[in-house]
Amino acid sequence: MAEQFSDAIIRVRDITVQFGKTRVLDGLNLDVKRGEILGFVGPSGAGKSVLTRTIIGLVPKVAGSIEVFGVDLDAANSAQRRAVERRWGILFQQGALFSSLTVRQNIQFPVREYLRVSQRLLDEIMIAKLAMVGLKPEVADRYPSELSGGMIKRVALARALALDPELVFLDEPTSGLDPIGAGDFDELVRTLQRTLGLTVFMVTHDLDSLYTACDRIAVLGNGKIIAAGSIADMKASQHPWLQQYFNGKRARAVVG
Amino acid sequence: MALCAAGNWTARFAPALERIVSDAEKLRGSRPHIFIDVSQVASLDTFGAWLIERLRRSLSDATAEAKIAGLSANYSSLVDEVSRVGAAPRVDSTSLSLLGMLEQIGRTVAGIGGTIISLVDMLGAVIAAAGNVLIHPRSFRLASTVHHLEQVCWRAVPIVVLITFLIGCIISQQGIFHFRQFGADIFVVDMLGVLVLREIGVLLVAIMVAGRSGSAYTAELGSMKMREEIDALRTMGFDPIEVLILPRMLAIMLALPILAFLGAMAALYGGGLVAWLYGGVDPEAFLLRLRDAISIDHFIVGMIKAPVMAAVIGIVACVEGLAVQGSAESLGQHTTASVVKGIFFVIVMDGVFAIFFASIGM
Repeated sequence: MAEQFSDAIIRVRDITVQFGKTRVLDGLNLDVKRGEILGFVGPSGAGKSVLTRTIIGLVPKVAGSIEVFGVDLDAANSAQRRAVERRWGILFQQGALFSSLTVRQNIQFPVREYLRVSQRLLDEIMIAKLAMVGLKPEVADRYPSELSGGMIKRVALARALALDPELVFLDEPTSGLDPIGAGDFDELVRTLQRTLGLTVFMVTHDLDSLYTACDRIAVLGNGKIIAAGSIADMKASQHPWLQQYFNGKRARAVVG
Repeated sequence: MALCAAGNWTARFAPALERIVSDAEKLRGSRPHIFIDVSQVASLDTFGAWLIERLRRSLSDATAEAKIAGLSANYSSLVDEVSRVGAAPRVDSTSLSLLGMLEQIGRTVAGIGGTIISLVDMLGAVIAAAGNVLIHPRSFRLASTVHHLEQVCWRAVPIVVLITFLIGCIISQQGIFHFRQFGADIFVVDMLGVLVLREIGVLLVAIMVAGRSGSAYTAELGSMKMREEIDALRTMGFDPIEVLILPRMLAIMLALPILAFLGAMAALYGGGLVAWLYGGVDPEAFLLRLRDAISIDHFIVGMIKAPVMAAVIGIVACVEGLAVQGSAESLGQHTTASVVKGIFFVIVMDGVFAIFFASIGM
């Protein structure tokens, strides 16, 4: 699994996405490097989720190209696409757990589809994944409607990690969690990234996440990446939105 | 003794790795000190790390613990992580047994009582809400009622008219075909008139409405229940019965008589058309015969039944909608139940009405 094509695991070039007449992304370029946690921020409605959904192929684009693991997703045939999809995991904003399956079945679902392994191993892996996201084995036979918001996010992360992906997309993983829960979640993402060698693409609003979890930050504005770099770069930037975001009242509260 | 693991221990190769590990587990108890040498492992993920950990556990016994050796620093945290994983809880599998099936039947039968209680409960709640609206007419939701009336009545007109028209044609054609053997062609008009105005017209339209609008009510209320919208209404001080269910009930109770009337007309028209073109009964003779054969009672009977059937369909649909639990599967089950029970109760009501009208001589 060690294709040394380049440092970039996701390579987005000049993509444009339009809904009707509104242009949401306008010639956007972005690289995500192998092994990093990229925090992706921007004002509400700027198109952060749209970019995520475009990369994973849920939103059609008007122009541009997307390479993931060195595979151009437009040129890939269905077998190549499936191979790529097997290597990424996605945590949707609302969790998107299958409501008629238990936690156990939700986590086992992708494994069962892709690998022919015994039920025993499926159960053991499921428990291991639950433990990794900090949940007890007792929740395994609950339905998603019986879980709290934070547990749903954790189970959804466990499902995203079920096949040991190399790349994980997290869409606002800490939204709707209390600060302690959010802090734990950031810690969890950090730990998993270290233990599993993950690359993480994280859309977030949470300043704490940016400070504690992310290696690099990219900022979306006007359909383009207006800045990318470390926290220090962001704070040094003269862009008015960045100034407000990273040096505003709430930001100062985070830094202390 | 040392066991040597090598190559890729990753998810992709999990099926083969599982077999290797199962084979190696048979060594249990044969040697006192076992090392699992993982220095040759090229890549490792959760699957591989767990399989190695599983092997280590099954080769360990009370006297001696198997050890993992040669672990590279990259993977040590992963192996630490899985070493803390406990045993999987058992799935309590529901085995198929005679007793279980009997229990299921018993529960279903007992559930019938519950269904009837919840229907009566809902009927009472709707009547109470209607009474409240009569006292405080300002709280009546006209816009919502009109919206549902459009959905249930106006948009249903084309399909209801088309289907009843075709049914009228078929009844007429079959009647003529068989009555002709006795030279009794003209009596097809009697049959068509009584059937369409009294029985089939209303029943058919009620079944269509149960399938079309009863299911929609259940799905709408059910998905609102799933997303806690109904709880939200309640906490804002609104009565969900008054806000959501009363407008729907009014709409369906107004819609069904209208649709039944339109359906009856379409069926008579279709029947008359076939009688003319296929049976040679010209329209004038058809109308004359219809006037003799049918009294206004037949029409009134149909129109009395319609709103009652609508109420039954509406109440069943709303009860099922509010009974939806958190999952998509539950929504599907209750929507199915709504249509099935709605049609069942409509037919039962039709039978009750038949006895009632026969005994009062209508």
